[in-house]
Amino acid sequence: MNPGGLDYNYEDWTTIMNMTAKTSVLNLTQEEFIYPGNRACSGCGLSILYRIGLKALGRDCIFVVPPSCLTVMQGLFPIAATQMPVLNCTFASTAAIATGVRAAMKRLGRDTQVVAWAGDGGTSDIGIQALSGALERVEDIIYICYDNEAYMNTGVQRSGTTPQGTLTTTTPLSGKAEASKNIPAIIAAHNPAYLATCSASYPLDFHDKLLKAKEIKGLKYLHIQTPCPPGWGCEERMTVEIGRTAVETGLFDLYEIEDGQMKLSGPSQKLLGKTSLRPVREYLEMQVRFKALSDEQINVMQAEIDQKWAGYRDTF
Amino acid sequence: MPDPRFKILTSASTSGPGDAGRTGSWRVERPVIDMDRCIPAKTGKHACHLCWLYCPDNVVSKDLEPTIDLEYCKGCGICAQECPAQAIEMIPDADFIKGADRE
Amino acid sequence: MSDAIIESGNVAAAMAVQLARAEVIAAYPITPQTPVTEKLSELITSGEMDAEYVAVESEHSAMAVCIGAASAGVRPFTATSSNGLLYMSEQLHWAAGARLPIVMCVVNRGIGAPWSVWNDHQDAISQRDAGWIQIFAKDHQEIVDSTLKAFRLAELTHIPVMVNYDGYYLSHTYMPFETPEPEQVDAFLPTFEYKHALNPERPESLNTVTLPDARRDVKSIQRGGYMDLRHNLHEEMRLAIKVWQEIDQEFQKVCGRGGAPIIDPYRCDDADFVVVAMGSLANQFRDVVDRLRDDGLKVGVLALQIYRPFPNSIIAEALQSAKHVMVYEKGLSYGYQGALYGDIKSALYPYPSRPCLHNFIVGLGGRGIPTESLFQTVKTACVQDEQMSPAQADEPRWIGLQL
Repeated sequence: MNPGGLDYNYEDWTTIMNMTAKTSVLNLTQEEFIYPGNRACSGCGLSILYRIGLKALGRDCIFVVPPSCLTVMQGLFPIAATQMPVLNCTFASTAAIATGVRAAMKRLGRDTQVVAWAGDGGTSDIGIQALSGALERVEDIIYICYDNEAYMNTGVQRSGTTPQGTLTTTTPLSGKAEASKNIPAIIAAHNPAYLATCSASYPLDFHDKLLKAKEIKGLKYLHIQTPCPPGWGCEERMTVEIGRTAVETGLFDLYEIEDGQMKLSGPSQKLLGKTSLRPVREYLEMQVRFKALSDEQINVMQAEIDQKWAGYRDTF
Repeated sequence: MPDPRFKILTSASTSGPGDAGRTGSWRVERPVIDMDRCIPAKTGKHACHLCWLYCPDNVVSKDLEPTIDLEYCKGCGICAQECPAQAIEMIPDADFIKGADRE
Repeated sequence: MSDAIIESGNVAAAMAVQLARAEVIAAYPITPQTPVTEKLSELITSGEMDAEYVAVESEHSAMAVCIGAASAGVRPFTATSSNGLLYMSEQLHWAAGARLPIVMCVVNRGIGAPWSVWNDHQDAISQRDAGWIQIFAKDHQEIVDSTLKAFRLAELTHIPVMVNYDGYYLSHTYMPFETPEPEQVDAFLPTFEYKHALNPERPESLNTVTLPDARRDVKSIQRGGYMDLRHNLHEEMRLAIKVWQEIDQEFQKVCGRGGAPIIDPYRCDDADFVVVAMGSLANQFRDVVDRLRDDGLKVGVLALQIYRPFPNSIIAEALQSAKHVMVYEKGLSYGYQGALYGDIKSALYPYPSRPCLHNFIVGLGGRGIPTESLFQTVKTACVQDEQMSPAQADEPRWIGLQL
């Protein structure tokens, strides 16, 4: 056991890494695409994703980014922390801007991958119309939603994906009353070419899903749970641990949907063999944002997770 | 092509390190690696490198004896938390300043 | 030069866009703009035009696609009207701040609420301060010529251009016009090239968060802050007036048409009374002027062809010999007066001669503008205005009210 409660030894880790992803830590490229000394908060989950995700995407990409933490992280004029070409755009227009860039690439005869990278607010709330339109038109783009479950860049206000009961600056005292939107399900209803859920705590899983997405024509949607220490109320060192706990408790599931077929991916699939998962309470108690949850609410959450996993065990 | 009389100033940024300055100054604690416990350092073989993988700020090297760029390390401690060999300890930066004073 | 074509104003616009070789067309349907995009989608589907047609889900996204395409160095086009223009308002400001040479036709229509599908200019006037160049066409030929010239203007100045023409009065009426030959247009309008175009081979981050103050880049070169970039937009928008005149001369060499890019005066030389108007209304006034001249009144009409950047000195100088200036407009700044009227008044302030000014609001939401009513109001103003105090004359008069 290490101080964070991580109960894997090194051999377990390498096994998991190799089992869940084709790319291992050892063969992952050392080429970096973002400079250190950027404006991301200490312990930022998005930083892990961006850094590793770019290793999968490579240099022949154009990024489209609406207002989000990523806007700030990528640099303030005239300095770009990122080494990628980026088009910063208005909040509601990400997928439509990406459509325009893609159309231009087609005119120019370039295969350059157009990657829209937005937060949960930019995707599930203000950007959903443009995203729905791009999905319906089967635009050939990769759309990445990093979901830190609130408007973090503006100081932790509730978003459509904020879980029920979460304390945010606009759901104080008793937490958010409403359940979160299931964005991947909404995307899946559009029958995209590829859909995957990922976690910032499993960057190699994300990396290899991006490698896969690059090879598929049509709209590829990746939804990533992204721990945010200041927004979630946890220590900066706990970013990876918390995301891992969300997966291991069965709360946030990693899966892919291709040709309408859902398939659990590595870290979640591994849980199918277990008769019981870590209790969700472990995940919730790591974070200040869940302090308003009652025992009853936690029990309801646990029952929902148990029911979901009973269904998975029947299906898979 | 634009008319040469026009400057056309836009917010087009070019890349480089340190947009936020020397972010090492944000740090309260610094990671210190015990090479006797660090798996690649101890075994002399490339293995593990989880500190390199998970570092949000790209400041850990993928060397047999990993190094940390303290100029930019924000001190989050993810490397220490994730190290399966518990080879990384977070030590208050103030201790290093005090140590320097004593010398 | 082709033989005269008899078609609608919307088809005239589409034909100009085809000739301009726009490469990405994004549009969302809204009356009375829709036939422009229908025609373009037809031309693209039939192979007569080589472009990508993107059927977007909103006007906000229509402009987004144009922004994306232009940022990647490809020539886009869109068209809209009324609430569609307002829905893309955020993107209009964005396109201007990003200095993207986007051309858009705005088929002018009243703004809801309540819904009106009929013509006025409030849509364009409401976007006056977005940082776009605003051109107003008076007839079908000007729709064709202004649209072609607008692409050149946008790409020389890197400022987006709105070509306005009146819904129904121009968009849906059939009138004869000519189109230049494709080779003539190609000679006039070279391929679009953009040095900051998105390209992985020389990556840049565009429209990055920009600080209030200047800051050094990675090569230690001092770069402007937000205010400096915006000042440059303003300065270069002012300079665009001159460029628009130069483009008109170039176009005249190619097509033999033009000569009045900023203002188009009709019988103004010796006029004591000058009517100022934009769009088709200015052409309608020519008949009124002829009749008033027959009645012995020295009246002229001055069409304003470009509203932003505002050609203040050109218009003020053109009005120096007038005793009375009557500004007729189809839009206003609610709670004050006509926007154009206010602009003309302020343009005249530094000049020695300040004619008596009159403001008339007409035709909102498609309210009919009978030529007879224009005749009567101008005539009455000419006769009565001697007795009006400047304060009385300064109040906008609404013509054609029915309640």
